[in-house]
Amino acid sequence: MDIAYVAWLLLLLPLIATVAILLHLHRKPLEAMIASVGSASLCFLIALAVAFDWVPQPAAWNWISFPASGSIPSLTIEVGMIFDPLAKGMLLIVTGVGLLVHIFSIGYMAHDPARGRFFGGLSIFMFSMTGIVIATNLIEMFFFWEGVGLSSYLLIGFWYTRDSAAYAANKAFVCNRLADFGFMMGILLFWTMMGTVSVLPDKLAQCYYQNAMPQVHSILGDQGESPVPGSPLPLFAHEGGLVQGSPYLLTFMVLGLFAGCMGKSAMFPFHVWLPDAMEGPTPVSALIHAATMVAAGVYMLCRVYPLLILSDFGMDFIAFIGCLTAVGAALIAVQQNDIKRILAYSTLSQLGYMVMAVGCYGPAAAMFHLTTHAFFKALLFLAAGSVIHALHEEQDIWKMGGLFKKIPLTAWTFGIGLLALIGCPFLSGFYSKDLILAFAYAQHPFFFWVGSFTAFLTAFYMTRLYVIAFLGPARTPAAEHPHESPSVMTVPLVILAVCSIIAGWSFIGIRNYYHAWAVNLLHTTGQMPLTGQYISLPELPGFYGYVPLALVVSGVLASYYLYRNRSTDSLDLQILAQKFYIDDFYDRSLVGGQQRAANLFSWLDNWVLDGFILRGAAYVTVGVGEILRLFQTGSLQTYAFLFSLGGAAVIYFALFAH
Amino acid sequence: MEITLNHYLAVAAMLFVIGLMGVIMRRNLLIIYMSLEMMLQAANLTFVAFSRFYSYHETRSYNHIDGQVFVFFVITVAAAEVAVGLALIVALYRLKETTQVQNLTTLKF
Repeated sequence: MDIAYVAWLLLLLPLIATVAILLHLHRKPLEAMIASVGSASLCFLIALAVAFDWVPQPAAWNWISFPASGSIPSLTIEVGMIFDPLAKGMLLIVTGVGLLVHIFSIGYMAHDPARGRFFGGLSIFMFSMTGIVIATNLIEMFFFWEGVGLSSYLLIGFWYTRDSAAYAANKAFVCNRLADFGFMMGILLFWTMMGTVSVLPDKLAQCYYQNAMPQVHSILGDQGESPVPGSPLPLFAHEGGLVQGSPYLLTFMVLGLFAGCMGKSAMFPFHVWLPDAMEGPTPVSALIHAATMVAAGVYMLCRVYPLLILSDFGMDFIAFIGCLTAVGAALIAVQQNDIKRILAYSTLSQLGYMVMAVGCYGPAAAMFHLTTHAFFKALLFLAAGSVIHALHEEQDIWKMGGLFKKIPLTAWTFGIGLLALIGCPFLSGFYSKDLILAFAYAQHPFFFWVGSFTAFLTAFYMTRLYVIAFLGPARTPAAEHPHESPSVMTVPLVILAVCSIIAGWSFIGIRNYYHAWAVNLLHTTGQMPLTGQYISLPELPGFYGYVPLALVVSGVLASYYLYRNRSTDSLDLQILAQKFYIDDFYDRSLVGGQQRAANLFSWLDNWVLDGFILRGAAYVTVGVGEILRLFQTGSLQTYAFLFSLGGAAVIYFALFAH
Repeated sequence: MEITLNHYLAVAAMLFVIGLMGVIMRRNLLIIYMSLEMMLQAANLTFVAFSRFYSYHETRSYNHIDGQVFVFFVITVAAAEVAVGLALIVALYRLKETTQVQNLTTLKF
């Protein structure tokens, strides 16, 4: 047997666990837990084997083939696996963090009677997320993309008897569906122009060449050597594409693909679902709505990066939206009181950073930050889960306080995650955030300044959270006697804390790993001859290098002195507490408008379709029947008489009435 | 006076109409049944008449007797029908104790 078949287990194991739980085990929590955690552990081992190249890339399998017809080129959709550095890195994050969250859930969900269903949801998520990471083409990716949307829906609405949870699940699903429509348009435009849906790097390089040729041509000259082996340089003719790509269409394609990212990664204006998604169990928030699924949008952008750089406007748009989301979400987080909501807005803000990095021509920085963020944000959420568990489902930070002494392990690990998040020197977040700011500065100082301001805000609201929840006196009776979580929950915290500390260090090599990937990608796609600056990572020049750190320190100090020993909020900024009124605006305009339209259609359905057409037809039939039944007298001779009259009429018309 | 086809047809039509009137107007099931038989005999008479006159008219011989053969079939079927019909009437009489059709009007809404 070919060792490459082992790779398919990455998809098969979680799928088997899902099906087993769905069919047999959803009322047997222990067995469901074993199936789910077992498949997650095995997946992590296989991912390690893949990362160390012990398992090669398996051959792709043709799923559907559409033959060419007329002017439409043929299309083969394959199901394959791509094991390039980008996928390997992401695979380790997904399976690694996923495994830790699975283990944490054993403790966190121990008292929930429906935890079999919970673990089933986690398994279907692992299946879909792994699929996104290793997809070799956008159709395959889209399939799994919807899969994570489904699992997210199922897990947000896990406590479906709560109205708010059911509402949040619907909201997440609808937001994602809207954005996925854009994603689908992007995929279709991609296929229309390039004649392929593959995202294999060399295919993308070819697409890049076919469309960016005029620029490359003008720089390299006619005699230049093509960086793609075996393909001649003058590739003006579009091979396989249905239409000639125009700059406008390319921009639309980029915006369409980015729309998919905006939904999954919750960029403004689709960001509203992510904070509400915190209605789900906390491990779900950690795994899906912080560490991996919401990062899938960023991963997808990095995956199709050679396509994005075809459109300058598209890149600017991506950077701007990322920037806007980063600072907007950070501002909102300053005035939130629910521990999970603060972390959710922080996630939004960090995702904004990553997207901004992609838009500033820094996919390596985006992936680096994605990795470190996956560690420290999963850590923060799990630690928050541990706090909530200790306080018996209390999420309001104003009802906590003084937890540092009562649950020291959780407090310590939360602190480490916090320091990594705000960019404390020598912790992972510091390195990745600085790299993003360097890319932002290289693109435009505007992005740098907004990014730095966001760093200040991040330091401010996270310190606020920590000071209120962990320091000071206990504010409620429940907060006076918390109990530290069992070790099945604290061990994942410690592991993630260690990862959060060391992930940025250069000898661990995550940064250089992604940099090497990006340089290789840019080299293949011929970006290098155009812009030589990406051979080395950018650095912030002189004075600017100290700005982020200074802002972070000032944010921490300002927040500490503002919130030390307070029992109510020192700031009262309603516009931030109300999230810039965006949710209200959506509720009034979109949801309200939709409701009115639904009422109208409901009225039409009740009174016109059902009332007039359907019931009307029925009433006519009944009425005619009422009249006709008067002829049914039951008298044999009446029938005979009428029959003979009919017979006479037939004879008359047949013989005489010509 | 020569007896032509039309004479036969006129007699047959009269028989048919008398039968029909009997079916429509008489109240007793047995009489209605007899009237029905009369209508069948009217049809038989037209068969025989057509058979004979058509055959002679076309071929100048009386050897074509298709219509007359058909009458035997009609009589056979009518006999079978009478057997079944009378049985039904007897059964009906046992059930309802009447053979008057004005009392047998349950086949309605």
